[in-house]
Amino acid sequence: MEDQGSAIVVQGLRKTYGDNVAVDAVDLEVARGEIFALLGPNGAGKTTTVEILEGYRKRDAGTVQVLGTDPAVAAGGPGTTGSEHARRWRQQIGIVLQGTGEFDELTVGEVVRHFARFYPKPDDPASVIERVGLADKVKARTHTLSGGQKRRLDVALGIVGRPALLFLDEPTTGFDPEARREFWGLIRDLRDGGTTILLTTHYLEEAEALADRVGVIAAGRLIALDTPGRLGRRDEALATVSWRADGGGWERRRSATPTAVVSELAERYGGEVPGLTVSRPTLEDIYLDMIGAS
Amino acid sequence: MNAPTLGLRQGELEIRQFLRSREQVVFTLLFPAVMIVVFGSIFDGTIGDGVQFTQYFVTGMIATGLMTAGFQALAIQIPMERDRGVLKRLLGTPMPKWVYFAGKVLMVAFIAVLETIVLIAVSTAFFGLTLPDTGTQWLTFCWVSVLGITACTLCGVAFSSLARTGRSAPAVVTPVALVLQFTSGVFFVFTSLPTWMQNVAAIFPLKWMCQGLRSVFLPAVFGAREPGGSYELAKVAIVLGVWCVAALLLCLTTFKWTTKRDG
Repeated sequence: MEDQGSAIVVQGLRKTYGDNVAVDAVDLEVARGEIFALLGPNGAGKTTTVEILEGYRKRDAGTVQVLGTDPAVAAGGPGTTGSEHARRWRQQIGIVLQGTGEFDELTVGEVVRHFARFYPKPDDPASVIERVGLADKVKARTHTLSGGQKRRLDVALGIVGRPALLFLDEPTTGFDPEARREFWGLIRDLRDGGTTILLTTHYLEEAEALADRVGVIAAGRLIALDTPGRLGRRDEALATVSWRADGGGWERRRSATPTAVVSELAERYGGEVPGLTVSRPTLEDIYLDMIGAS
Repeated sequence: MNAPTLGLRQGELEIRQFLRSREQVVFTLLFPAVMIVVFGSIFDGTIGDGVQFTQYFVTGMIATGLMTAGFQALAIQIPMERDRGVLKRLLGTPMPKWVYFAGKVLMVAFIAVLETIVLIAVSTAFFGLTLPDTGTQWLTFCWVSVLGITACTLCGVAFSSLARTGRSAPAVVTPVALVLQFTSGVFFVFTSLPTWMQNVAAIFPLKWMCQGLRSVFLPAVFGAREPGGSYELAKVAIVLGVWCVAALLLCLTTFKWTTKRDG
């Protein structure tokens, strides 16, 4: 597998289940070393798209290249089972699925050490366990872990093979805010180490904190694709200046030059403007507008 | 890590998982022994040629134990693992697929050997089981057991695709296993069953496993009482062999790594 070129190239991807079109006309390109976030409501086609890239599902139309290989061929359908090419492709990919797969009676350490054996150049299992924050759970049976801890184990299993490309399908569901921050740190470390990351998430602040670029998928179509700061022309959106009006209530003014508005107000009030806020649309505002419009 | 070692490690983990679920260990190992105690206490007569019923029954229970370890255990366990997403997760790794099956085979072999030893020990200690005294008989014991458990294991893997969910698996598998036990001459002397039932049972492996094991634990003269007039060891080998091949083909073509909702 060549090292040049994009990590993921998708053109005209389409997938139907019976009469239901799950994904349609999706074009996507993820550069090597990039963190790309796929956003969208439940049932929008995020998981379908990702699982096609991971080789779990077959597509109905379009072309897909993941690390220079078509996952449908490399995934090992009938006839290609166990092929050397498929195995070498899988060695470079880490997958954290949406649901957790449990190994009831085994310990965290046993499972991670075992998965490390599947890969030619695995990371040290003990240090991987520590990086995901399960160092004190090495000897715990996996069924005794909390939801968030199970998710960390999923992540450990996804990264223990030192993948060039890591898929994360809603990785932080069930995390408390602190755990989520720690997880973001781990993802940034992986990116700094050269790992390409494709992540789906419900959490807008997660996409904003991590992603170099964001794709919004709704009703099976990719409706926006940009950096978090520019998505939906967020950078060009008007700012809103609001303050407490003289007769009670709030006054609002939308403006491309909010600083001018504020200094005018400061002059009018002779100093402090009561209840002053200046805001721009959050990624969440932009996203909800898009989803609502589509 | 080289592939054969990976298979061994997978087997080691499977066995460890089995040993850690205490209920499973207790029930798997004790159930056949308890059955021997129950049936041995109810029917304590002879069944002809001076053969004790317990002697006859033990052969059926050994065969049943092999079927439980291979067929029932896998046909229930695999759908559960599929439901829990274990199979899907393994599929996403570079693990060669056969490693998963190698792990199951090692686990089944481990359980079968342990179970058979417990069964023979209990029967010898409390019900006067006479052990075979020639090398040929022990050899027959080995190949019938190995071939039988291979057929059962492959059937279990093939059957695992039938249950749509892990929860429905026991309901799908248990009746099949029970009916086979009643019709294959485990609980009753096979030739005392209606002829049509004998003919149906003769299609399936359990009847032939029982018959092969009878040739090991019962006197040679008793063979004349078998439906075919002898223990028909060649036929035992052929029928079990055919089941192995057929079930293997089914496994290779129909095995499901993901559930239906996974697409």
